[in-house]
Amino acid sequence: MNESQQTAFEDIKETVGDVTVDNPKMCLKNIDVFYGDKQAIYDVSLDIANNEVIAMIGPSGCGKSTFLRCMNRMNDTIPSCRVSGEMMLDGEDLYGPSLDPVLLRARVGMVFQKPNPFAKSIYDNVAYGPRIHGLANNRAELDDIVVNSLQKAGLFSEVQDRLDAPGTSLSGGQQQRLCIARTIAVSPEVILMDEPCSALDPIATARIEELIDELRQNYAIAIVTHSMQQAARVSQRTAYFHLGKLVEVGATNTIFTNPTHELTENYITGRFG
Amino acid sequence: MNNSDKSNAGAASGLPTPANKDTTSIVKASLKRRYAAEKRFKLYGILSICASIGFLVILMVSIFSKGWPAFIGTYMQLDITLDQDTLGVTPQSSYKELRAANYSKLINNALLERFPDVSKRKEKRALYKLVSSGAEYQLSAHVINDPSMIGQSIKMWVAADDEVSALIKYKANLDEPENITTRLSEKQIAWTKQMLDAGEIKTGLNKAFFTNGDSREPEQAGIRAALVGSAFTLLITFLLSFPVAVAAAIYLEEFAPQNRWTDLVEVNINNLAAVPSIVFGLLGLAVFINFFSLPRSAPIVGGIVLSLMTLPTIIIASRAALKAVPPSIREAARGLGASPQQVVWHHVLPLAMPGILTGTIIGLAQALGETAPLLMIGMVAFIVDVPSSITDAATVLPVQVFLWADSPERAFVEKTSAAIIVLLAFLILMNAVAVLLRKKFERRW
Repeated sequence: MNESQQTAFEDIKETVGDVTVDNPKMCLKNIDVFYGDKQAIYDVSLDIANNEVIAMIGPSGCGKSTFLRCMNRMNDTIPSCRVSGEMMLDGEDLYGPSLDPVLLRARVGMVFQKPNPFAKSIYDNVAYGPRIHGLANNRAELDDIVVNSLQKAGLFSEVQDRLDAPGTSLSGGQQQRLCIARTIAVSPEVILMDEPCSALDPIATARIEELIDELRQNYAIAIVTHSMQQAARVSQRTAYFHLGKLVEVGATNTIFTNPTHELTENYITGRFG
Repeated sequence: MNNSDKSNAGAASGLPTPANKDTTSIVKASLKRRYAAEKRFKLYGILSICASIGFLVILMVSIFSKGWPAFIGTYMQLDITLDQDTLGVTPQSSYKELRAANYSKLINNALLERFPDVSKRKEKRALYKLVSSGAEYQLSAHVINDPSMIGQSIKMWVAADDEVSALIKYKANLDEPENITTRLSEKQIAWTKQMLDAGEIKTGLNKAFFTNGDSREPEQAGIRAALVGSAFTLLITFLLSFPVAVAAAIYLEEFAPQNRWTDLVEVNINNLAAVPSIVFGLLGLAVFINFFSLPRSAPIVGGIVLSLMTLPTIIIASRAALKAVPPSIREAARGLGASPQQVVWHHVLPLAMPGILTGTIIGLAQALGETAPLLMIGMVAFIVDVPSSITDAATVLPVQVFLWADSPERAFVEKTSAAIIVLLAFLILMNAVAVLLRKKFERRW
């Protein structure tokens, strides 16, 4: 951290805007994350609401992905990573005895930056989650789940005649929609998306954004994105991260038209980042 | 930092800009040198490949040209009278009696009948030598198979002696016996020629080579015992080393915490791969034979010893293959709620399988060609009987090659090369199976 960064870092006292919502789906309080000795997240609190898309924006290395990965305990698999703070899903402690990580990840699904379909058929990709969790009692139910999920992800009409083809044979945008279908096949309550469109062309991006908007009806969605336009288009609330701290949270309209904090304003007007 | 600052600084320090013509001329001047270097490098590559192919061709030509006669057997037709009195048995005799009967006398008599003018004792003995000493077993098997033949006269093709066989196979000019390098006397050559001219000598596929174990008589020595011994030994090696090595690799790569203990284990595995193989043989002798009292010379001990040797190879290759599986696949599975073990079994292992199989085949090929550790546990032995289980005394192909290469008879020279051919064929077969399996598992991601 150079001197100007250090000053900016110390300037961020506490989050501007209301981090809490009524009836939160997920409730994260005073989160600190360390990678070894290095602290990546400083005392961040944020609520995730039902039927809403919350966008997390900020310059590279600001900790937004790290924060997202706290929500389904994906950081647990990194040996040097340590997370502290209070994390609740429907009032249940994420690290409590009633929420095993396997169960948690069935309830909080995740879509990754790079499309990462399994080296299996399209059908098996979508059926994998229901299979390992035993969500379907027979083949017909499983078929239903697969078709349903693919339809919700807007992919069914494109692949219905080749469900046996490998998932990797699809185009990038289709692969990402397959990954979304795979995630919703488990019927999660929250969907985390880590820059889901960064590897896609504008047309595929538009399809995914439409899809996110539709999925909002049934799920709580948290999306990390580098594109401010995307954040403006798909989200209802926006959270701006800077150097591991949560600078400002608010309704997307307000953040993009009338930000309160100077750093937020600098970022969304493109002065840095 | 803004752009105007940067360009000013560049101009002040005289950094080359795109307008600078010097860059073009400098690059142009060096182009020729760069391409020449590339051409030279390509040439070195082509030369080294040609040299390796050349040596391989020389090796193959030499092995095959020396080895092919071993696959050809020479047979003599004899009119054998299955005389009850000479044999001392009747068609009703028991199996034991039939086995104990004197068949060599019958064959000798048949030879004497064929050449009635041989009367001197020394000459007779020389005559008897034309036929392989294994002929009596051939005849005995034939008779035991159908005892009703006893008392009749039969025509039968029996194996010829290896020296006779060499004359026929290498097409020696039997009219000039003085020019032939052979241990046969001129009389014996003359008899051979007589039979050959009468059409009573033929060549054919040497079945004995594939059905017999080792023998002091070259025409009876076969590869079967060593082949079966090798197969048993490798089977044990594979069954022991593959699951253990894959399990170890998965644990170390996917589950083990990164600490001083796992580092120590890792270093030791790498060291184990470099331990001279004879040391494993000593370990096998001390632990498995002396302490656990496992049978000496048996494929079970050989297999255990070789699997100790193969383990590090497979572990190292498997870990590399597991490491090469993209982390995104693991994250995807974990993100769906798969447990760590499900992530490994459903996704990581299938994707790593081609690499693991490659490592396995390299390890097994190494084990197939190994003789030194087997020396210590008594598998370097003269084994006549084909082993029928993993606890029978056995030998393996490379040891057989070594034993035959050590034998003085000319016919063993061709046997040596033939055994090498069989060893190579075995290796190719093993590789083919691995390639097929790999094809099955190989998928893009």
